[in-house]
Amino acid sequence: MQIPVVSSGTALQFVTEWVPRLGVTLSFRLDGLALMYSLLISVIGLLVVVYSASYFSSHPDSGRLQCLLMLFMLSMLGLVSADNVIVLFVFWELTTVTSFLLVGFDHKNENARKSALQALLVTGGGGLALLLGLILLAQMAGTYQLSEIVQSEVALTEQPMYPVVLLLILLGAFTKSAQFPFHFWLPNAMAAPSPVSAYLHSATMVKAGIYLLMRLQPALGGSDLWFYVLTSVGAITLVWASLVALRQTDVKLMLAWTTVMALGTLTMFLGSDLRIAALAAVTFLLVHAFYKCALFLVIGNVDKRTGTRELPRLGGLFRTMPVTGVVAAAAAFSMAGFPPFLGFIGKELKYEGALAIAEEPWIIVIAAVAANAMMVGIALTIVIKIFFSGRLNSEKKPFEVPVAMWIGPLLLAVAGLTTGIFPELIARHIIEPATSNVLATPTDVKLSLWHGVNVPLMLSVLTVAIGVVVFLRLDQCRTRLNAIAEKLPTGDQYYQTTLNALYRAAAFFTQKMQTGSLSHYLTIVMTVFLLTVGGTLLVQGVSLDMSAVSPVHPLAGTVIVLMVLASLVVAISKSRLLSICALGVIGSGIALLFLIFGAIDVAITQLMVETLFVVLIAVVLLRLPRFPGNAHPGKGGDIRDAVISVGVGVVVGLVTLGVALTQPDLSITEYFAQNSLTKAYGANIVNVILVDFRALDTLGEVAVVATAAMAVVALLKVKPRSEDNAS
Amino acid sequence: MNSVIFSTVSRFLVGLMLLFSLFLLWRGHNEPGGGFIGGLVAAAALIVHGLAEGPQVMRRLLRIDPRTLVLIGLLMAVVAGILPMLTGQAFLTGLWMFIGATATDQGLALGTPLIFDIGVYLVVVGGVAGMFITMEEEL
Repeated sequence: MQIPVVSSGTALQFVTEWVPRLGVTLSFRLDGLALMYSLLISVIGLLVVVYSASYFSSHPDSGRLQCLLMLFMLSMLGLVSADNVIVLFVFWELTTVTSFLLVGFDHKNENARKSALQALLVTGGGGLALLLGLILLAQMAGTYQLSEIVQSEVALTEQPMYPVVLLLILLGAFTKSAQFPFHFWLPNAMAAPSPVSAYLHSATMVKAGIYLLMRLQPALGGSDLWFYVLTSVGAITLVWASLVALRQTDVKLMLAWTTVMALGTLTMFLGSDLRIAALAAVTFLLVHAFYKCALFLVIGNVDKRTGTRELPRLGGLFRTMPVTGVVAAAAAFSMAGFPPFLGFIGKELKYEGALAIAEEPWIIVIAAVAANAMMVGIALTIVIKIFFSGRLNSEKKPFEVPVAMWIGPLLLAVAGLTTGIFPELIARHIIEPATSNVLATPTDVKLSLWHGVNVPLMLSVLTVAIGVVVFLRLDQCRTRLNAIAEKLPTGDQYYQTTLNALYRAAAFFTQKMQTGSLSHYLTIVMTVFLLTVGGTLLVQGVSLDMSAVSPVHPLAGTVIVLMVLASLVVAISKSRLLSICALGVIGSGIALLFLIFGAIDVAITQLMVETLFVVLIAVVLLRLPRFPGNAHPGKGGDIRDAVISVGVGVVVGLVTLGVALTQPDLSITEYFAQNSLTKAYGANIVNVILVDFRALDTLGEVAVVATAAMAVVALLKVKPRSEDNAS
Repeated sequence: MNSVIFSTVSRFLVGLMLLFSLFLLWRGHNEPGGGFIGGLVAAAALIVHGLAEGPQVMRRLLRIDPRTLVLIGLLMAVVAGILPMLTGQAFLTGLWMFIGATATDQGLALGTPLIFDIGVYLVVVGGVAGMFITMEEEL
């Protein structure tokens, strides 16, 4: 209901504190760009949900799918309306996670699981780069609010860190939006059910990267780096994907590759900061969402009724599925850019944009024409090969799908047609505010179907001509392309190689680190401690003011000497019982020290804990088998262990001494002393702190004791495997 | 451990130590002691008994499974925290009542911190005793 408000240029805001100390506020901002995306997400989401309710009506996990779709919709809406970079990242990752679950919906299928994991790893890896990039960007701009970053006074493109930030953010955007060389996950993700592909992989999620580029263009765009990276990556993606799309015989894969192509087109246009390029990108985004989602749903219908998506086996479906056929034709014509569909306007704008960007190098124009010609060819293939010519080769007898399964695609196709005939329906309220946001300056948009005879129109005619040729010669093209493609490495292979290397590295480190030997673990932990803490002390230098140290209390001195002797016994002794008793001596010595310095409660506790510890350790150790032969580290190991333990002891001692020498802040102590009796009615401060002032800490500690006890019991109840086998 | 002397002495010791642990628990708010220390003493008492007579006897003496004891203790600590919330105060705020209070003497002060402390006591007893019994039985 707020659409007129937003489209008139004001943005709606919603802000609430989340982690104020880190500058993370849950702030959401609905401006023109966010509005366009939100409308796409919610309207298409609604249609897809209606569709999938019918598509999965007999599926046992139908409820799970619906729930995941809703979660995904929520994450997408959050992503496009987030105004804080951290919040944006959180929603970004949420879309990654929900899409992982959606792609792997058919979890009994190994291929689906693998594809879901691939999509997760690629986009999640990009997400990490994005997080780093966003944080650096926020540091550079001095604010975490996107709306403020975009309007930042700092010339971001001139900062020394700019290339790093830009490349990190682009890495995130390119992985999400399947740009070359990260494009391979998107076609693989077609393992997802058709409605999911329609929603995630055509209309919304893959456009999240594009959204980010659009959002950040005013802040980061305009530089040479931005221009060359975006246009070249976009152009490569575009041409490569359109060639691969022609190779496919599976219609759904064909559509997936055309989606990659569309994303490449969008990226290419966003590289330029010209008004016409931004307008072309925004319009094409809408066009593409309409027709591609409709086509995916149509293919879902075909797949459902015929049981196949292979082009050679499909044909002549118009007689049995007329409504689906009409919808397919309408959507495909928009894709091909035939007038009077919105696709035509989109295409004309693209050509206009390409001509404007590419005054000198004509590569962009050639790429755009070639890609569009392929789209014409593919659109014709889908309509004519599937619905009109040939005959079906399948055991199933197809019949028309129920209303719920054609109404969604039909509405989308109709939207593509009506907005094509009456472009002012969306020009002012949707496209204009979104374009203004991309450009960060208010702009006036007027769209019309007929531009008069000009260069873009001539290019369109050329495009259709090439497209028809491609359609007629599709089989020859495919054979040629297959011959070339067999020689080229695929992204999948690189992915697999990287993943295998990762597995090997992980296995290597696990084997080195997780030996299962306690003494090994202790050695690692202590060495790391020694290097970090001791190293810091060495680098920073230690200066202790020893003048404040009081002379050693004679009683305490005696106890300390005893404890030192006992610890030597622990280290040297070969008898376990002796070691345990010596450990007990050390513990009791500590208790005595507490007692000497007047901490009675702590002393009692220490004494009790020490006693119980000795008893429990004795119970365990005395029943363990003798040390196995390899447990003893040998002479070299002995020296190493001695060095480490002495080193750790010295470092801990120095740190403790340093802490003891600093003047502590006694205000809390005084507060406890004054209020213990009056507020908590207890004279024993230690206990009052435990059960009243700091009761929450105690509650946590008690929970730890309980958990530890449960864990010990559970571990001891587990019998070794070998025993099971023996019995 | 088959020692007649230890076994005989332990019977006297256990009762005394358990009594002493309750005493420590009770007086903890004003003098050295408290739920944690009391719980440790009680656990030590049970372990003395267990060492002398074996884990089965110790289980019989406890009557309740030590794991249940731990859970009851945790529950009491949480309840002591929730009670003040019913009166609109923050979690774990001390609620007190004074029995027989006069102008000069505050009388017998009883409050939620005592419930909390008893919870701590039970968790410690149950936890340590549970570990010991399982070690005796399983190793």
